[in-house]
Amino acid sequence: MDSKNTNEWLFEITPKNKFFSLNFKEIWQYRDLLMLFVKRDIITVYKQTVLGPLWYLIQPLFTSITFTIIFNNVAGIKTGTIPPFLFNLAGIMVWNYFTACLNGTSDTFKSNAGIFGKVYFPRIITPLSIVISNLIKFGIQFLIFIFFYIFFYFQGNDLSINGAILFFPILIAFMGILGLGLGMIISSMVTKYRDLNNLVGFGVQLLMYISAVMYPMELIKQKLPKFGWIVEYNPLAYVIETSRYMLLNTGEISIFGLLYTAMVTLTVFFVGLLVFNRTEKSFIDTV
Amino acid sequence: MKDIILKAENISKQYRLGQVGTGTLSHDINRWWHKIRGKENPYLKIGDINDRSTKGKSDYVWALQGIDFEVQRGEVLGIIGKNGAGKSTLLKILSKVTAPTTGSIKSRGRIASLLEVGTGFNGEMTGRENIFLNGAILGMTKKEITSKLDEIIEFSGCERYIDTPVKRYSSGMTVRLAFAVAAFLEPEILVVDEVLAVGDAEFQKKAIGKMQDISRGEGRTVLFVSHNMAAVKSLCTRGIVLEYGKVVFDGSIDNCMQKYHENENSTAHRVWEKSSGDIPKGDFIELIEVKVLNKNNEITVNHNIFDEINIEFTYEILKEGELFTHGFNLFNVENIHILSSHDKESETLNMPHSKGIHKKSVVIPGNFLAEGSYVCSFAIMRYNPFHVELHELEVVGFNVIDEISSKTVRGNYSGNFPGIVRPLLNWK
Repeated sequence: MDSKNTNEWLFEITPKNKFFSLNFKEIWQYRDLLMLFVKRDIITVYKQTVLGPLWYLIQPLFTSITFTIIFNNVAGIKTGTIPPFLFNLAGIMVWNYFTACLNGTSDTFKSNAGIFGKVYFPRIITPLSIVISNLIKFGIQFLIFIFFYIFFYFQGNDLSINGAILFFPILIAFMGILGLGLGMIISSMVTKYRDLNNLVGFGVQLLMYISAVMYPMELIKQKLPKFGWIVEYNPLAYVIETSRYMLLNTGEISIFGLLYTAMVTLTVFFVGLLVFNRTEKSFIDTV
Repeated sequence: MKDIILKAENISKQYRLGQVGTGTLSHDINRWWHKIRGKENPYLKIGDINDRSTKGKSDYVWALQGIDFEVQRGEVLGIIGKNGAGKSTLLKILSKVTAPTTGSIKSRGRIASLLEVGTGFNGEMTGRENIFLNGAILGMTKKEITSKLDEIIEFSGCERYIDTPVKRYSSGMTVRLAFAVAAFLEPEILVVDEVLAVGDAEFQKKAIGKMQDISRGEGRTVLFVSHNMAAVKSLCTRGIVLEYGKVVFDGSIDNCMQKYHENENSTAHRVWEKSSGDIPKGDFIELIEVKVLNKNNEITVNHNIFDEINIEFTYEILKEGELFTHGFNLFNVENIHILSSHDKESETLNMPHSKGIHKKSVVIPGNFLAEGSYVCSFAIMRYNPFHVELHELEVVGFNVIDEISSKTVRGNYSGNFPGIVRPLLNWK
């Protein structure tokens, strides 16, 4: 009966995963764990704090105020008819979502080594939970953006949303996927080469300056025509520029840029999955 | 007909020693270079067996090498071996925490592991929230947990604290809660590693009882790894013995115990050839044979802790008219001298024996020695004046095996039981 039954094995443990294998069925089986991880991430952050979830709002608000003072009032960057504060808040909100995903996921293997070393569950659950819990935080920050939007509107500012806003969720999804993909690549490499940890720390900071967070994309092309391509080839810059276009009807939308962004995002994501898949089986021996 | 639920084929695991970091990149590049040329991984060919005390030749060791075994549905398999034999590595591979370097494991059921309970507990969350989180980590769905929540809380005995953050729990309470969650898992195959070494006596009894229920009553397949021979013996039906990463024995748990203890060089029977030069001998006497016997007078190495052990010495008197007596010493594995005994009322002290072969035996009572391996020596002495005529060290050895049973000093306690002797005392 042995030979007859060999194809009835429920699963097989082998030295390496297949070149590309993402077991959706298994992830679905662990969906409750995914939700519980999200819940844990959300509630443990504000346990034993006085301000609780308000902390999610304080950070973007104060960053926007600082940016407004430094970049708009001191450095004199013009944001057209849009109040600079709202302009910055929109950029920071989207940018924050990306960095939160990247920072959270790039640490997956190292910070979860304890639990990964004891029990098995699909490892991808952990970075996925980070992307989802950050999406909830993004949602909270988006509410405060709406609040200020209405506030400035009744102040008599000339504000209008673009019809393309319908595609805003897709844009945010791309941001999350890009953060997740990059994070997975980095988290996999960090298990062997710790050097990357240091790189991510300041790399993300520098990346912000070429991602059109606190200035319109048009501006860099005018002022630094020689180096404008750095921003132009940065998919993050397109996402941020496009989200401002959707929310505030400012700047420009570039179909080519968006297609380029989508291509990069998907490539990074699949490479990330691939690397993550290879690492998850034996990282515990090297971490 | 065999109903095989788990099958391991040629499992090996290689580890790299020393600092991982320097040279990692160069080895990786070398591996990749071999791979793109279609050659075998160069580092898989080398590697020493995993003997931590000797200096190896290469930076790579095999923690496991060529492990093959099958487990049938409903079987409780004990995996025993010394420290560093590869038990934990094997369990890690079985529970998919790390992948084997070569080989494969096929399974017909879900595997859940109880590797050090309480993993994934979050101190900030309450006991109830942690039951859900921990249960989900171990592979349960929310629905399954909800349906068993009351039972889990009751089993843990932490009802009063269930809505308090776990960081306020005592360590014992955390363990109880964690074990409770794990005990209500319902995988087809359960992997357990040393969990019984935690908690107080009452909880241990509960835990081992639950383990027995799981394996016997519910017909679940269990793989159990422990240093605790008493627990292994009372839970398992079959066992495999690992030594330096290889399976050296696969069979019934009693034979496993024997194999495990045999490694300690115990021999229950020694015979010396008269012509050979190494025969223990004194002026007038020669030692011929020594046997370790059980209560049925059979030569046995392994003895239940509650059984008497009979050691029989056979010697030949070469010269008539000598007055003497017998003695023996007992040492444990750590070479601690457990006891010394003189046959002070021997008739040989008053009346000389005839030339020829004589026998003498001594009985070590049951429920007296602690579990472990023992070696004994034999002596022939003369009194007035005191003189040791013959003292032969390490003549025979035997093992004492403890068990969770009403007949033992341990009783139902499954944890570590210290002390070099384990006599049954009278408590009043």
